[in-house]
Amino acid sequence: MNRPAAPGPQAAPSPLVELWHYFSRNRGAVFGLFTVLLLFFLALFADWIAPHSAIEQYRQSALAPPAWQDGGSRQFLLGTDAVGRDILSRLIHGARLSLFIGLVSVSLSLSLGIVLGLLAGFLRGWVEFAIMRLMDIMLALPSLLLAIAVVAILGPGLINAMYAIAVVMLPHYVRLMRASVITELSKDYVAASRIAGAGTLRLMFDTVLPNCTAPLIVQATLGFSSAILDAAALGFLGLGAQPPTPEWGSMLASALEFIMSAWWVVTFPGLAILISVLAFNLMGDGLRDALDPKLKS
Amino acid sequence: MLAYVAKRVGMVIPTFIGITLLAFSLIHMIPGNAVEALSGERGMSPERYQQLSHQLGLDRPLRTQYFDYVGHLLHGDFGRSINTHDGVLQEFLTLFPATVELALCALALALLLGLPAGMLAAVKRNSVLDYSVMGVSLTGYSMPIFWWALLLIQLFSVTLGWTPVSGRIDIAFDFPAPTGFMLIDAWMSGEDGAVASALWHLILPAIALGTIPLAVIARMTRSAMLEVLREDYVRTARAKGLSWFSVVCVHALRNALIPVITVIGLQVGTLLTGAILTETIFSWPGIGKWLVEAIHRRDYPVVQGGILMSATIVIVVNLAVDLLYGVVNPRIRHNS
Repeated sequence: MNRPAAPGPQAAPSPLVELWHYFSRNRGAVFGLFTVLLLFFLALFADWIAPHSAIEQYRQSALAPPAWQDGGSRQFLLGTDAVGRDILSRLIHGARLSLFIGLVSVSLSLSLGIVLGLLAGFLRGWVEFAIMRLMDIMLALPSLLLAIAVVAILGPGLINAMYAIAVVMLPHYVRLMRASVITELSKDYVAASRIAGAGTLRLMFDTVLPNCTAPLIVQATLGFSSAILDAAALGFLGLGAQPPTPEWGSMLASALEFIMSAWWVVTFPGLAILISVLAFNLMGDGLRDALDPKLKS
Repeated sequence: MLAYVAKRVGMVIPTFIGITLLAFSLIHMIPGNAVEALSGERGMSPERYQQLSHQLGLDRPLRTQYFDYVGHLLHGDFGRSINTHDGVLQEFLTLFPATVELALCALALALLLGLPAGMLAAVKRNSVLDYSVMGVSLTGYSMPIFWWALLLIQLFSVTLGWTPVSGRIDIAFDFPAPTGFMLIDAWMSGEDGAVASALWHLILPAIALGTIPLAVIARMTRSAMLEVLREDYVRTARAKGLSWFSVVCVHALRNALIPVITVIGLQVGTLLTGAILTETIFSWPGIGKWLVEAIHRRDYPVVQGGILMSATIVIVVNLAVDLLYGVVNPRIRHNS
């Protein structure tokens, strides 16, 4: 803890300290990071923080306006929806769902993408051709359309939406991984490791993979934002989370009919989506800049 | 150049075959069985099942079925909608102009605002203007457009009463639609106020759909411009005594446009995705709304055909952009 200052100019700061140094210079990125931390906090402790249950219906106070408007009450800070559910509580529980969707679909997509990318980069030949052409096909389909195709096969629902989103993101990770692997394979340390007798598996996961993590971290962070956005779009179309699940997109699905009468039903869920997506995008941009050696002058 | 074209077109063929395989297997992967999915009938008797299965060719080996499917596609037979019993391709072609019209207007909007915004941000780097443009475009990029569309309706249609909420033109107008493009048809009809009505119906959906491409184009133009402004030829042009304005708008912009063209090509996918959401909200009778309704109705022949056609459009546009890129930049066609 209280180590004396490192002697001499040759002692480099630890990579994490260095990363934070560059990251914290970007105010937007720091704002993104804190918003993301807040979202995780809300998601983890939703049961304690949310003033009401996400699905309990207070029929007497249906479509109650937010607290600061005429007719609003302290009981429902952001008002209630058409069947009297507290919007604030639904948003807080929705944070849990959105982050869960992001976490599961990014992890699935990332791990499969790493394996396929490593295979394509290491084995080349027809394996690479087959994998990359498959990815081309998946990239040819617009993201939401591919997700809809997957949902058409699996049926609508929250879990299937996560699989669909994972499938949509897969080509990006595979392409990124393959490109990094091919770059790394031409470097001396890989040749040294190979001469030292490392097998292919060891080369893949122990030697090369750790050196490809920087772009993967950035892509995974940005993947969270597209996962949240796609899940909300699927929910909005009625193909993702089903009622009464407090998913942000599905909260908006019936909002069109309240556009004249109850602006809060329309406004807040979308704002929650926008803020979360923006936070992950800011954080991802900041990480990319901090990890990109070209920008450190 | 010819070798480059041949190579690029050759690379697209496996992708095309893959797309047909995907669309073909979609019918066989959905729960239940293909006979029910393709005929839309449920709980049929065994005799009826046999008859339909034979009629649809589903009693033959999978490989034969696939080749039949591709054969039908090549003859323009994409199957029939369960709901309307019309040909899927014919339905697609009827609705497609509406989507193209919307997408082109959205893209035009994105270019008209995005290019100048990106250029200004690059020229006035690190100014308040730069930060505002970048902030707004990052927000636009993160925008759930289905919510954005609702907000636009709430403000411009409900509160201000300026624009209509749905459709392509006021129902009072009734004229033939030879092109399917409402603006052109309205203009050709010569009826008073038809073009204005069509334009008013178009503007909100175009803003909603154009927002993400606008953000992407502004960001891309800015970074391409920053890159180019550092080049020697920009300094040379300045040293020759040319005005800053003509250096930026003529010398720098032309070179900065190369990466921007690629990005515009990539927006086709974004526009199709956005069209699914925008058309659903604004009841715009295009292929996006058609596909969502087909999914909800389990009209699988339409889903199958719609996915195939959309993917084809994306592939063809990206191929065209790649070829264009080769024309603009000789380095590309010689290296790859």
